[in-house]
Amino acid sequence: MRWLLVAAMVFSTVLSDMLQSYEMKRAGEQSVTARGLRRLLQVIAGRRLLILAIVCNALSFFSFMALLQSEPLSFAVPASSASFVVETVLAKFVLHERLGARRTAGALAVLAGVVLVGG
Amino acid sequence: MNVTERINETGLRGSGAVSKTYAIVLLFLALRAAGNSSMAWGMKQVPEKMAMNPALYLRAALNPFVALGIAALILALLARMALFSLADLTFVLPVTAIGYVVAVLIGKVFLHETVSHQRWLGTLLIFAGAVLVGSTSRNTTSPGTTAEDDPL
Repeated sequence: MRWLLVAAMVFSTVLSDMLQSYEMKRAGEQSVTARGLRRLLQVIAGRRLLILAIVCNALSFFSFMALLQSEPLSFAVPASSASFVVETVLAKFVLHERLGARRTAGALAVLAGVVLVGG
Repeated sequence: MNVTERINETGLRGSGAVSKTYAIVLLFLALRAAGNSSMAWGMKQVPEKMAMNPALYLRAALNPFVALGIAALILALLARMALFSLADLTFVLPVTAIGYVVAVLIGKVFLHETVSHQRWLGTLLIFAGAVLVGSTSRNTTSPGTTAEDDPL
């Protein structure tokens, strides 16, 4: 059951973030002022993939909560960081982001840090 | 518009977008820290142990601290979505991981939790990694933008 929950959490997190990144870049620059948030809500309402991303986000949250019911935080947090690795790889090959040496080194440092904080 | 004016305008727009990106990162981190702290405080006052039953989550949401936490986390989600319109996924993920550093500091300073050497080392690595990623170009997929370091 624990690995099923980890898989559900990682899959829903990855799908949510990939969809958000893809769709928000297509939607153009957004802001967080009162008017900007209103516009952002209209953008979300008009894009099915963003609504799916929010549903996936909720699934990820509940999978994490369910995992915490049976597993210690020291397992759940490092396990959740698996999504970080998958998303970085997919961002390069699916979203065509250019990682660069500095960004790759930084992402690896963050990943190691998350595992240590959770462990 | 002559070339100099065009370069100046592009530069200003570029630096404006960079400051806007970091301003939204800070807002996101503040909202998430406030949301998580409020949720944690509120959940301690909820008598039932949470399970897979959605009714229990709905009942917990009636607690004012939990409700405030949920509102802050929804705003944090919207701020993160706005951030995705300005920056790459591989930029947003490591930079917003500073939230782990904030959580450890809140635990240490306000809740007087004991923080192990391992956790401090992890916090330091996250901070260093986020600073390293933060120093790269925030958007490498829009036309006309370039990565500041050699693409892999």
